[in-house]
Amino acid sequence: MSSASYLTVKALTKYIKRKFDADPHLREVYVKGELSNVKIHQSGHIYFTLKDDGARIAATMFKTAASKLAFEPKDGMQVFIRGDVNVYEGYGTYQLYVQEMQPDGIGSLFVAFNQLKEQLQKEGLFKTEWKQSIPKFPVKIGILTSTTGAAIRDICTTLKRRYPLAEILIYPTLVQGAQAAPSIVQSIERANRDAGCDVLLVGRGGGSIEDLWAFNEEVVARAIFGSQIPIISAVGHETDTTIADYVADLRAPTPTAAAEMAVPDQQELFQRVLAQKSQLHQIVRAQLMAERQRLNKLQQSYPLSMPDRLYRPFTEKLAQLELGLQKAMQVDLMKKAAQLQKLHSAVEQQSPKKALAFHQKELETRVRQLTRSATYFVTKQKQQFEASVRTLEALNPLAILTRGFTVAYKDDKMLKSSANLKQKDQLTLTFHDGKVIAEVTSVLPNNEGE
Amino acid sequence: MVKKQQTFAEAMTTLEEIVRQLEQGDVPLENAIDLYKQGMELSQFCHSKLQHAEEQLISIVQETGETTAFDPLKGEN
Repeated sequence: MSSASYLTVKALTKYIKRKFDADPHLREVYVKGELSNVKIHQSGHIYFTLKDDGARIAATMFKTAASKLAFEPKDGMQVFIRGDVNVYEGYGTYQLYVQEMQPDGIGSLFVAFNQLKEQLQKEGLFKTEWKQSIPKFPVKIGILTSTTGAAIRDICTTLKRRYPLAEILIYPTLVQGAQAAPSIVQSIERANRDAGCDVLLVGRGGGSIEDLWAFNEEVVARAIFGSQIPIISAVGHETDTTIADYVADLRAPTPTAAAEMAVPDQQELFQRVLAQKSQLHQIVRAQLMAERQRLNKLQQSYPLSMPDRLYRPFTEKLAQLELGLQKAMQVDLMKKAAQLQKLHSAVEQQSPKKALAFHQKELETRVRQLTRSATYFVTKQKQQFEASVRTLEALNPLAILTRGFTVAYKDDKMLKSSANLKQKDQLTLTFHDGKVIAEVTSVLPNNEGE
Repeated sequence: MVKKQQTFAEAMTTLEEIVRQLEQGDVPLENAIDLYKQGMELSQFCHSKLQHAEEQLISIVQETGETTAFDPLKGEN
């Protein structure tokens, strides 16, 4: 055979690998055996040998699958494995690539679970007296779960639908794998330090017992118990019960249910507010009606319906008093009048009026006497006067004129003699009935004429 | 009167307390009417709170203490 007819190791191995790849029975195998020569690499991958009485097979569990383990694989452990068989080309060996590994009789986990449950129960961590009540209307709700799972979405949408009033704070938490328990503890502690939340929802969606195992860890249980904020546990599905559920203040069968238990329903609240409102109406209306009836009754009562009867006695009394007052006044007035009269008389006795009257009378007498005297005097004077007038008349020279005598005047001087007269003198001759102006033509003394 | 910012829970509790008090029936009329007014205001407050509570604040608390918005339909930003 020429050398060209020989296969390379690599080609042979590739061929064998293709055979393994093509065989459906090797793609998913379930094997049970005992762990031996377990090596946990720093990278997180686990290498071991799986053996039984008759054979052994090399096995590798890569980090992704290994992180889901709830337990630490140890030599001598009986395990159940799900995986696939393939060829590692570098060494030309076939080996088991492990996807899932469970200790023999999953029971060991349940034993651990039951042991812890019993212990914590003895300590009293599950006692209802320690359970905090969940606030009726939380203002802030803390959610402690993975931000990538379905649980967070279910919780958020449920809260949004039922009660959008509350603020939601999400504390990103690992809920699966080896780091899950410390992560849960840390989140609980952080939420408590922040102290802003009224209630915490701690949990994750469903999964295998290993997936949920962190919630069966003692540290988690103690952290939940120690939380000052009430915690609602929401782990897995309805049938999954974890230690966390026993310690939590309230257990919800699913994350969605936890959200429903954490908040009231908005629509129900609407109804409640409306009910309260209508109750308020009814109560106050009823009270008003009762008060009105009471008032009506009072208004119809004897004192209010016939108020005159109330004040009638007082009116009568007033009238009586007025009468009495009038009488008393009259008596008093009469008394006063008598006194006044008495005083008046007394004063009158002393009055100057009498003297005045007396003097008046005397005055009148005197006036009368005076008048009489005066009249007498006047009459007498009058008589004397008249006598004088008569005498005078008898002596009146003018009276002589009537008997034919005249009186001559010159320059308004009565002429008693012709002595000083001369020719041409103007004379006024007065007659008893008039005057005559005459001119002297000649003066004739008495002896010449005799 | 300056009312302090009251929460929905406080308003609801007060409202229930008012209804309870009025139900007992021994509140004088003036007080009853005051309580009634207060109750109606509270019910209005609760009602509008419920009606307007559409946008829920959802945020992620980072390890640094900072908060960032979270949309449950899209997941973490």
